[in-house]
Amino acid sequence: MTHLPFIVASYGLTVLVGVAFSLDAWMRMRRARRRLAAIDPRARRP
Amino acid sequence: MDASAALSPPAGSPLQRFANPGQFLRLSGRVLPFLAVPGLGFTLVGLVWGLFFAPADWQQGDAVRIMYVHVPAAWLASFGYLSLAVCSVLSLVWRHPLADLAAAEIGPVGAAFTALCLATGSLWGKPMWGAWWVWDARLTSVLVLFFLYLGHIALVRAFDDPQRGYRAGAILALIGVVNLPIIKFSVDWWNTLHQPASITLTGAPTMYVGMLWPLLLSALGFSFGFAAIVIARTRAAVMEHRIRGLLMARAQEADAR
Repeated sequence: MTHLPFIVASYGLTVLVGVAFSLDAWMRMRRARRRLAAIDPRARRP
Repeated sequence: MDASAALSPPAGSPLQRFANPGQFLRLSGRVLPFLAVPGLGFTLVGLVWGLFFAPADWQQGDAVRIMYVHVPAAWLASFGYLSLAVCSVLSLVWRHPLADLAAAEIGPVGAAFTALCLATGSLWGKPMWGAWWVWDARLTSVLVLFFLYLGHIALVRAFDDPQRGYRAGAILALIGVVNLPIIKFSVDWWNTLHQPASITLTGAPTMYVGMLWPLLLSALGFSFGFAAIVIARTRAAVMEHRIRGLLMARAQEADAR
């Protein structure tokens, strides 16, 4: 494959950005849900 | 008649239903898996197809495979800004409470996709043009888009009163919309090193179908992924907003005793 370092860097950056933002959003959501459930009993309802 | 009542979304409209944070959390919780799972699936299939199975370009060789990440990132950079502008209109005209939170969450995601577009473009440009960067109209207008995102991120967080930040950010977002047609038509209006569009709404694509399919799949996956990330972040922001409100109310109650 020609230009391999450029291709690997492009795909690597894409995966990094995608994974970082997805993990951050998921962890933020989980943290907020737990905190909300701890201070507001109504939030525990489905 | 109260001006704010006149400007609020019409009763019973979808706009008003989504203004209710509880309703938004319920609905977005149901929608999120239907965005996240196809987003991951389409992106994986599109990128693996583009990386290993799509043909190399007769001129560019394998460097053309950067297209499968660069082009979707570029589309999402512009689309993200357009959605920021729509949220700004909802916020400025109808005072929609969720529009402010959504706009604040779109900003960082859009900025990241724009940075990704610039970085992968640079990684594509070096082997093809012999330069990491040129002050070409397309590249420069996308760089301006990146700065607009950064400006929006900074503005919404710059005030003690969040409402003033949201208002300032919304105005900047609407002013910046003028940059979107400049990005789109820059390759037609000026002589640019960047190639013109290969896919348009009005004409047949000028791209080999074996390259077009993985590109479209990848773009679809990126779009679903972008929407899933923004919705997940907005859900978190709604819950954080509720937590701040409850803690504030408790502190005021304790002070009153």
